[in-house]
Amino acid sequence: MKTLKHIAILTAALAVATTAQAGTITVKGSDTMVILAQKWAETYMGQSPNVKIQVTGGGSGVGLAALQSGQIDIADSSRPIKATEVENCVKTFGKRPREYKVAVDGLSVYVNNNNPVKALTMEQLNGIFTGKIKNWKEVGGNDMQILVYSRENSSGTYEFFKEHVLKGKDFVASAQTMQGTAALLQAVEKDKSGIGYGGAAYGGGARAVGVKKDAASPAIEPSEATVVGATYPIWRYLYIYLNPDSDKGDIAAYINWIRSDAGQKVVKEIGYYPLPDKLREKQ
Amino acid sequence: MQSDPKSKRSIGWMGLARGHKARPVEWISEKLIFLVSLSAIVTVFLIFVFVAREAFPIVFGTVNNQVTQKVIPAADFDKLSPEELQHYLGLSPSEFAQKSKDTLTLLMELKEEAAKEATKDKDAAVNTVSWRYILKPYQWSDYDKPEYIWQPVSQISKFNIVPLLIGSLKVTIIALLFSVPLALGAAIYVSQLAKPRVKEIVKPAIELLSGIPSVVLGFFGLIIMASVLQSLFGYQSRLNAFVAGIALGLAVIPVVFSIAEDALTSVPRSYVQAALALGSTRWEAAWKVVLPAAIPGVFAAVVLGFGRAVGETMVVLMASGNASIMSGNLFDSARTITATIAAEMAEAVAGGPHYRMLFLIGALLFVITFMSNLAGDLVMHRLKGRLEGRR
Amino acid sequence: MVTMTQQLPQAEVPFDVRTKHFHWDSFFFAGLTGAATYLILAILGVILGVVIFNGWSSFTWRFLTGGTERDIFSVENAGIYPMIIGTTARVILMTLFVVPVGVVTAVYLTEYAHSTSVFTRIIRGAVNNLAGVPSIVFGLFGAGFFISFVGHGMDSVLHPGDARGVWGRPAIIWASMTLAVMTLPVVIVATEEALRVIPQGLREASLALGATKLETIIKIVLPQALPGILTGAILAVGRAAGEVAPILFTGAAYYMRSLPHSVTDQFMDLGYHVYTLSTQSPNIEKTRPILYATVLALLALTLTLNIVAIVIRSRMRAKMRLL
Repeated sequence: MKTLKHIAILTAALAVATTAQAGTITVKGSDTMVILAQKWAETYMGQSPNVKIQVTGGGSGVGLAALQSGQIDIADSSRPIKATEVENCVKTFGKRPREYKVAVDGLSVYVNNNNPVKALTMEQLNGIFTGKIKNWKEVGGNDMQILVYSRENSSGTYEFFKEHVLKGKDFVASAQTMQGTAALLQAVEKDKSGIGYGGAAYGGGARAVGVKKDAASPAIEPSEATVVGATYPIWRYLYIYLNPDSDKGDIAAYINWIRSDAGQKVVKEIGYYPLPDKLREKQ
Repeated sequence: MQSDPKSKRSIGWMGLARGHKARPVEWISEKLIFLVSLSAIVTVFLIFVFVAREAFPIVFGTVNNQVTQKVIPAADFDKLSPEELQHYLGLSPSEFAQKSKDTLTLLMELKEEAAKEATKDKDAAVNTVSWRYILKPYQWSDYDKPEYIWQPVSQISKFNIVPLLIGSLKVTIIALLFSVPLALGAAIYVSQLAKPRVKEIVKPAIELLSGIPSVVLGFFGLIIMASVLQSLFGYQSRLNAFVAGIALGLAVIPVVFSIAEDALTSVPRSYVQAALALGSTRWEAAWKVVLPAAIPGVFAAVVLGFGRAVGETMVVLMASGNASIMSGNLFDSARTITATIAAEMAEAVAGGPHYRMLFLIGALLFVITFMSNLAGDLVMHRLKGRLEGRR
Repeated sequence: MVTMTQQLPQAEVPFDVRTKHFHWDSFFFAGLTGAATYLILAILGVILGVVIFNGWSSFTWRFLTGGTERDIFSVENAGIYPMIIGTTARVILMTLFVVPVGVVTAVYLTEYAHSTSVFTRIIRGAVNNLAGVPSIVFGLFGAGFFISFVGHGMDSVLHPGDARGVWGRPAIIWASMTLAVMTLPVVIVATEEALRVIPQGLREASLALGATKLETIIKIVLPQALPGILTGAILAVGRAAGEVAPILFTGAAYYMRSLPHSVTDQFMDLGYHVYTLSTQSPNIEKTRPILYATVLALLALTLTLNIVAIVIRSRMRAKMRLL
């Protein structure tokens, strides 16, 4: 039994190595990043036809779980890896997985176009989304009940907002969950008392409010300058993780390209924010 | 209708009986046909086993998702015996034998890091997948009073299924209140009152409604009905149990209609003729004679409609707003069992507590629909027996 | 069953011909039930009308055959060719699994089984219950049984070294098998109905001429039942073509760059595309015409299948009435 397992592990390693040599890079992870990863793959395959890249979503946790069991080469994650996940990686390949920051994402808070509220503090946002603040007049708006729109709890955006704005507390139970940022925006657009959050890539019928760090600081609207410059308070890095042993050859070249100006141009096209210059790879 | 079935079978083992032509092919194919015919039974059994299998650890309380754990500092590496170390790190003996000392120390450091990352919440030591927290309200930190909370993705995952049950129930009741009167009315009209020519067109047309995929009904509810109903009734949240219930009702109508229509049609014409001959009007004949005779069928129609409504996924996923609230208000959003499974399954890491919880509510759903189908079937069976003169 | 042959003249008019009385209660009752009937038909009409009206302009040949280029969510490149292929492939695969099993089960139930035995009743109960299992539970079953149990099992035997696995992943074959399990009752019930109406005399004649039981079933009974089997298959396909919940975790993909070229590939699907376009589209207003056109394509597919099945069945029943 023991030897069988060893043989299995050995062949697994061999199989991974051979497939890597054959030029197929498998990427799995964050649904937030799947469109971005897809676009990266397509653009990169366009210029290096001998490399095949396969991208699937499933979520940050699922991608990192697949990395732990050696099923994939690169895991996309919209949050930093957790210590328990590092532990599992160490158990399989004996090393900490290598981390790369690959893009910056800022979340906007959206309200209906007719809502007079122009800016909210982080504390007010916390109150609204956890259900402590129930009426718009408590934050300087009209007298109407606040209707909170959230995302499905399987999305990385949900976890990120919960972590950064709600400080880990639960969303108010009456928050309606939408399957996509566009659906959420559409709901807020139709709903005078609605509030929701989503990637800054979108826009349209709803309006992004300015966010203040606290009551004394100025309201800052999300934009490339404010998000990348970290003056806008709700932002995060997007990451990729991999086994340090496989960070060579095609895979290393691909990651370098992602972090180069060419790769970061794709980031902008998709609607995320490119890495600040100092974090980029020079090619 | 059939002659004695035994005489039709091949005779003897492998079809080899004395005094008869040997027919091994016949015999083997008979056995094969028999085996294949077991497929339905086997499948129902497998469905239950494989859905329940993933949920068993929770049912029997062998899953523990406590966040906190005792931590041993990495500096104490040498103080531990290999067995203690292996147990502490959660490794199998063969895995443990392979690891170098560096790797093991690294793993110990990571345990410490994990402990630092872990929340200092007062509820961190709670095993939230035990039955007490699945069914009863609890006052979590940051909450003012004990509450039923479904928040599976959280520092401390909360898996109370009561809000989901309420959500499913709310949407199902609305769907039935909307669809049953309409479908029954139509069934009475088509079976008792309509002219044959009208019936020939109307009946298949209503049955065509069942040909509309539920994702299209969900789309219709989400994109069109939600706005129309909101402007009609003026409630606050656009997507809610009411919208989902009405859209769901459209999926239930053909189910209730065709079973009820069948039951009403199978009431012998002589009942109506007798009633009419005694001077009753068509209304009286239909209402006081035919409907009571067919009432078990009507009941079965409603029960099977309930099964369909409670198990429907795409309509409620798209049109209900999916907020897991404990609220009796029909115009509030609702999160159903089915929508929860559909929305959360993709991200749940296989084998984890969240994954198992989703299978648990799936198994629960299976049991609920199994019961309602069984009830419906039994009643239908009795009705047929009664109308055919067996009792 | 009892009344099939006793078609009485029915009156819609609440007017008693013999007594020349006008019955207000009958009038009211007929009006109420009639209103329910026509309200249902009106809703059906509205759904079809809205979809056709809004989807027609985008429902072009280009739209039906496009979508293989990049960025299918942009309006210019929109097309549903990969979804049509995916949906077609999965229902064809499903038919291959479900029709043989369903037909054989129906043959057992009508030709071999004692119709009153407990065992037969258990099979029938199982079939009925299978028909009532929620589609999302089939999805869970597909993930738990086909993918984790059968698929992983096959991987550990056939590809023991490959950590990525070949079979233990969502794939078109698992989605098709899940749907086959789901539609099994449809095929069984339709085939059974067809087998029952074949006159017993035909079977007896065949047996009297020296044919064996099996020969009689294959050469006499099944050809006669072909329209019924066909109805069952079409109804099953019509049901499966629009189902989304069972394939959510067993094979459908949000986006794939290439068409599936093996049974272990994932696939894009018409119904799932309707779901993603209505809830996860990158720009809801802009993609709305595509959404309507996709719904139109899906409805055209499922309703056509259902109408064909209804027509075949009603012809079959008419024939049965003559016998």
